[in-house]
Amino acid sequence: MTEKKLSPENFRIVGKNPEGMEKITRPNLSFWQDAWRRLRANRSAFIGLVILIIYALLAIFAPVLSRYGFSDMDADAMNALPSFAHWFGCDATGRDLWVRLWMGARVSLTIGLSAATINMCIGAILGGLCGYYGGKLDMIIMRIVDILYGIPTLIVTILVMVVIGRGIKTLIIAMCIVGWIGSCRFVRGEVYRLKEQDFVSAAQVLGVPNAVIILRHILPNIMGLMVTNLCMAIPWSIFQEAFLSYIGLGISPPNCSWGILAKEGIKMLRVAPHEVLIPAFFICTTMLALNLLGDGLRDAFDPKLRGTEV
Amino acid sequence: MLRYIAKRVIAAILTLLVLVTVVFFLVRLMPGEPFTSAKLTPVVAENMQKYYGFDKPLAVQYVQYLKNLLHGDFGYSMKYTNRTVNDIIAATFPFSADLGIRALVTAISFGLVFGIISALNRGNKIDFICVIIAIIGTSVPDFIMGAFLQYFFGIRWGLLPVAQYKGFSYTILPTMSLAFYTLASVSRIMRASMLEVVNQDYIKTARAKGLSSFRITTRHQIRNAIMPVITILGPTVAAVLTGTFVVESIFAIPGMGKYYVDSVSTNDYSMILGMTVFYGSFLVLCNLLVDILYGIVDPRVRIGGKAGEAP
Repeated sequence: MTEKKLSPENFRIVGKNPEGMEKITRPNLSFWQDAWRRLRANRSAFIGLVILIIYALLAIFAPVLSRYGFSDMDADAMNALPSFAHWFGCDATGRDLWVRLWMGARVSLTIGLSAATINMCIGAILGGLCGYYGGKLDMIIMRIVDILYGIPTLIVTILVMVVIGRGIKTLIIAMCIVGWIGSCRFVRGEVYRLKEQDFVSAAQVLGVPNAVIILRHILPNIMGLMVTNLCMAIPWSIFQEAFLSYIGLGISPPNCSWGILAKEGIKMLRVAPHEVLIPAFFICTTMLALNLLGDGLRDAFDPKLRGTEV
Repeated sequence: MLRYIAKRVIAAILTLLVLVTVVFFLVRLMPGEPFTSAKLTPVVAENMQKYYGFDKPLAVQYVQYLKNLLHGDFGYSMKYTNRTVNDIIAATFPFSADLGIRALVTAISFGLVFGIISALNRGNKIDFICVIIAIIGTSVPDFIMGAFLQYFFGIRWGLLPVAQYKGFSYTILPTMSLAFYTLASVSRIMRASMLEVVNQDYIKTARAKGLSSFRITTRHQIRNAIMPVITILGPTVAAVLTGTFVVESIFAIPGMGKYYVDSVSTNDYSMILGMTVFYGSFLVLCNLLVDILYGIVDPRVRIGGKAGEAP
């Protein structure tokens, strides 16, 4: 290749383009958009999310669309194996398991979701107040938390259940009486940490009212962690419900939840193992999906991992 | 250190007092009467009412109960009227404790080993397998685990006894089903904290000094990484203990769990009270020990002021 002679004519003055220099080439992502993008990139978390959505849809629609009722008994189909008539077979009294499973999913998912959400809200409010204002209020609430923390959760739940009677509502109430402690502690710690940060001090110096500081500056910063914690708390609530129903203190028959299905299925373990294997499969996959999603959310919201694509 | 321990002990005693009080009054609020069994004649029932002091005001009953409690007396069971609650606890607790200790030891030792192995093999197949085991472990409730183990090992393959508790081979399945969840969570936590520690400066220093990687792992990495595991020991003991309720019922083990659940459904006041207080104090004691242990292992805790406070 021969060397080409360059003369000044070969060059052209492009000039400055002030607008182009300031132009942002990548679209501006908000915190949530960024988290969503990273969550989608995380395959296992995304699978978890999809499984949960499918289960939720099935729980809503499957019992309505089926031709069997969840407590209809069919003497001819006792312990029937899965077939075209009964997709998941039947239980010991001939009730269709497909319908019962999704009726149970309604109860279990409702309890899991609402108990976890209520706990998170109570915990966030109390923890936030403690962390932000400190002082006497903080001391009193933290002493209460310390004392409650030492008492076994399950025992309190059982006692409350027994006192106020059985049912979905009372189960949720019982779980909420002690369940808020964890989120309270964690929110308090986070708020305590954030309060000391410069951007909060700056807001305070500028005379921003406390309520605005909490809503505009602190809340968005702990929102991600709260969502993650919520996701991790749901399996706990579902598990508690299943556990209580299993030992006979939760939902009472003929209503059903996943815990009750497992309990009834285990009785028939020798005769018809599918009666426990099927509910067990769905309980475990739900827990698995929630755990995977929770892990994914934690990674997605973690500022330390920002910019690192897996 | 002494101040730290004293503080923890006072908190534990306060917790216990609150627990006893709350349970005492909650139990009284329960619907239904304890002496409605058809077997009891009215005279006996009336005598029983008197014996337990149900005719006296609640405050008197409460003080009386506290007094008895200080003597370690939980009173008579109201269902098994000829046995004291102490008797029943003495007869059943050893089974629960045995099972619980076995499960705890299995879970913690295997959990730590899995966590360490998977952290050391980060990213390869061994790590992947350990992580999968951990995720499955935290997703399977123990009653389902118990049922599966019972079905496959006991019924399908007939390798191990299905129920009861007489000898080592009987303990394997219950221990496994109880331990699995804890094992998984211990290994997850251990893995995460090992990975966090590995980038610390003192590990680099140790490596720069030319220490063997075995020594670095055992002396520097594991020692520092084990802290978070100690923190969850308290809740773990609680989880294992409550887990025994279910595992005992699946494997027909004559432990405390069955009596506890029964007493709740039969309104056996003194039994619920006694067992709750017993369970509660046991757990409070465990938490106390863990707190003290934590203070001993990590000097920052006792110097840094109140435990349980935000950093």
